[in-house]
Amino acid sequence: MPGVTQVQTTLNGEVINFLCEPRQSLLEVLRDVLGMTGTKEGCNDGNCGACTIILDGRIVDSCLVLGVEAEGRDITTIEGMASPEGLHPLQQSFLENAALQCGICTPGFLLASKSLLDQEPEADEGRIRHWLAGNLCRCTGYDKIVRAVLQVSKAK
Amino acid sequence: MTSNQVLSEVEYDVVGKRPVRPDGVDKVTGRAQYGDDTNLTGTLRAKVLRSPHAHARIKFIDTSKAEALPGVRAVITAKDLPFASLSKKELGGEYTSLKFASDHMMASDKALFKGHPVAAIAAVNAHVAESAMALIEVDYEVLKPVVDVREAMQDGAPLLHEDLRTNDMGETGEKPSNVATHMSYSIGDLDKGFAEADLVLEKEYTTSTVHQGYIEPHNTTAFWNSDGQLNLWTSTQGSFQVRGTVASILRLPVSQVKVTPMEIGGGFGGKITAYLDAICAVLSKKTGAPVKALMTRTEVFEASGPAPASWMRVKIGVKNNGKMTAVETEMAMDAGAYPGSPVMQAIVCAFACYDVENGKVDGYDVVDNKPKTAAYRAPGAPQAAFAVESLIDEICAELNMDPIEFRLLNAAKEGTRRIEGLVARRIGLVECLEVARDHDHYKSKIDGPNGRGVACGYWPNRGFQSSVVMTVNYDGVVSLLMGSVDIGGTRASIAQQTAETLGIGYEDVKPTVVDTDSIGYTFITGGSRTCFATGLAAINAAEDVKSQMISRAAKIWDTNEDDIEYVAGVVQHKSDEELKLTFKDLARQLATTGGSVSGRASVDPSGEGNGYAVHIADVTVDPDTGKTDVTRFTAVQDAGKAIHPSYVEGQMQGGAVQGIGWALNEEYFFDDSGKMMNPTFLDYRMPISLDLPMIDTVIVEVANPGHPYGVRGVGEVAIVPPMAAVGNAVSAATGNRMRSLPITPGKILEADWENGKS
Amino acid sequence: MAKIFIPTMLQKLTYGVKQVELEARNVRQVIEQLDGLYPGMKDRLVEDGEILPNLAVAIDGDVATMGLLQKVGENSEVHFVPAIGGG
Repeated sequence: MPGVTQVQTTLNGEVINFLCEPRQSLLEVLRDVLGMTGTKEGCNDGNCGACTIILDGRIVDSCLVLGVEAEGRDITTIEGMASPEGLHPLQQSFLENAALQCGICTPGFLLASKSLLDQEPEADEGRIRHWLAGNLCRCTGYDKIVRAVLQVSKAK
Repeated sequence: MTSNQVLSEVEYDVVGKRPVRPDGVDKVTGRAQYGDDTNLTGTLRAKVLRSPHAHARIKFIDTSKAEALPGVRAVITAKDLPFASLSKKELGGEYTSLKFASDHMMASDKALFKGHPVAAIAAVNAHVAESAMALIEVDYEVLKPVVDVREAMQDGAPLLHEDLRTNDMGETGEKPSNVATHMSYSIGDLDKGFAEADLVLEKEYTTSTVHQGYIEPHNTTAFWNSDGQLNLWTSTQGSFQVRGTVASILRLPVSQVKVTPMEIGGGFGGKITAYLDAICAVLSKKTGAPVKALMTRTEVFEASGPAPASWMRVKIGVKNNGKMTAVETEMAMDAGAYPGSPVMQAIVCAFACYDVENGKVDGYDVVDNKPKTAAYRAPGAPQAAFAVESLIDEICAELNMDPIEFRLLNAAKEGTRRIEGLVARRIGLVECLEVARDHDHYKSKIDGPNGRGVACGYWPNRGFQSSVVMTVNYDGVVSLLMGSVDIGGTRASIAQQTAETLGIGYEDVKPTVVDTDSIGYTFITGGSRTCFATGLAAINAAEDVKSQMISRAAKIWDTNEDDIEYVAGVVQHKSDEELKLTFKDLARQLATTGGSVSGRASVDPSGEGNGYAVHIADVTVDPDTGKTDVTRFTAVQDAGKAIHPSYVEGQMQGGAVQGIGWALNEEYFFDDSGKMMNPTFLDYRMPISLDLPMIDTVIVEVANPGHPYGVRGVGEVAIVPPMAAVGNAVSAATGNRMRSLPITPGKILEADWENGKS
Repeated sequence: MAKIFIPTMLQKLTYGVKQVELEARNVRQVIEQLDGLYPGMKDRLVEDGEILPNLAVAIDGDVATMGLLQKVGENSEVHFVPAIGGG
């Protein structure tokens, strides 16, 4: 059995420590070590975006990052998106626009959308479709997802 | 004109509105518990060892080295399943069906597709289980595979099952064959019909194996309690189906198996078959611990149930005025390793959009060395529609007729007798065609390298069993329990029908999806049945509540129940205006008038309303690369009544986009050894957001007389027309008729070259 | 009299007859009487006391949920059609 490494990282604003094996992906660490199951596994090879998280301000597929690489980094997962005051405007917009059916891709889409609007508050439809191209949704045909993000975007 | 229109003729208070779904907040905050989020204390992880060969005899399996690896708790093979110890004599008529089901779960004598389970391991974690897989030794005698439906039908093709003989509607063939079943239906006089025609066209079509592509891989957790109770937490469209399959394979009474359906990350028909459940159950029994399995994406592609590839020949005769005189088709679909492709559904759906007096359809269900196919959204109908609607487009071109006018001239309507013999009731195809014809998309100009195609589609929709129980809380909120899993708004649509029937607010209904011990038998969420059949159960249960509320009011007012009526959420005396209680006020008095009120209903309804859809697609084809882009798309569909229009639009858009993927990109590539060459989302290319325009929708509402609010079903018919609509558009854009799916850039360029274009 | 539509593939057994009129109260009686008229019919429609698994019987357009026990009306149309599930 491989040895374990202690990792310190900031997860949804809190500094935490965890132990993981070098071969464990950050996705596995989040789900199996930390019990943060909001981040979903769809393919485990970086092609579906269901495990999207924000790492130091950039969206990444957490299945393609090793747990040990989280050392000293800043991670946002879906569990960190809403605040005690309420849902993030994107979460609210996804609900109002029926932008989810089964919901398995939703955490990834929300984090990817948040990352886009954090950087480009006026993203238009073309930009949104481009940015979300790394996230697969099989239920909606993307129409209502794009509309939900557009509703929060300042582009009018 | 707005992008999403709803053409309602009847308005209700809650039905037809767009409230936020009850499970919405959990799903946008990551709190919703999907199957793989289950984590019982001490859970072991299972991995399945799968055949690397598409066709091989399993001669010997040695698991001893794997068992000796530290961290491994159990290894099983098919010998650990009950089938191994049951004789043909003991099983009698059940022998073949149990052999197929048990062997599909884990192969006992032959591996019939690459990815076929041959052993499984439970270990302390997935990494250890994976390491142990390499230590299992399997001695295979590799056999020649067949992975093409027409080749599999030939005499001399490698046989998958030595004792499978063609069933010709109850008559068994003389020699073993890969053709499991042949069926044929006809109406009128085919020869006379073709003789009357001025124009007869006959073409052949093929489609490739495609996958439903749900984002959540199959998963399950099993725990076999010491008292003999088997518990399963799984991702499924049908908890009772899983219970039935597992009980049958493991030879248990159904009540010994409890299935808790977790949130499901997509299914589209692919999450009806139970792949991992019995395996994890046996591992759990052996280890005494909970055992969880999660498929990799490659396992999902190679070893769950894609939709069949098909070969189809279609022949249609028409008069010069466009009236169809005769139709004929032969369709063959590959079922994969075990019989059961949806080809018989394909042949009855093939011509159901048309009123034709003379016709004949033949279907062939064929086994070959591919994963056993499963249902995929309107199973069989999309392939059939691709063939029929493409040929009709060619006929329209020959006759120089507008394709919608042609379809209006021949459209099935109330009273049309279909080829299998059944007569259409009130259906909305004509209405959908008229809406499409008058839509500004259809009226807009199109030219240059662009093309427009239209196609229509049919799916019968289904009923089947559903159960609902609802309890009135003392604060007037109704707790609603149902067996239908919520795959995309089920809780919302059932809560809306409940609230409407009770005359209370949507927010006063709290729906919960419960396990198989907590509700009556409920068939799958699928078949476009849930909003209709579970909706009917909820309406009946709500009526049950209403009559009990009336009897409580009668007690309070010391009057006769017959003198009381229930109107829009208010219980009132028919003649004494003073005696009146709202639902909430009456709920507060339940505790002192006999206790809680529960309504219940189990239904198995007929009266489903057939679904029809018409799609319009505009495409641009790049003349240099052959790449097709869909530039505009409109889906028109008769929903009967859209309970929650947003989720109906979502079904229409999602179905259309799956169809666009099927039309342009998606296919399994097999090499000569029967290995799938593209089992990842990178290489199995599903549509991404960048590929698509907005998908415009028009919901037509021709009420289904078989449902109080007029509900038909909406989930499936949306995937029937798009392949033909896109194919017809490509043909309009390029002048090349594409008769093989997917319509890849390569095929478009090859057609150009054949036609002498550069 | 109920009108029974003979499936195309079974019309060999009926010497080409496409429809038969019968007095029957349920599907079981329909099949028994068909088998009386055209021996061998029952084996082609029923297995282990149930309608063949890939077939369904429809009475007046409604797929029978009770199989052989399903009632047949005085002037009902009876069809044997492919069983349709769904995804």
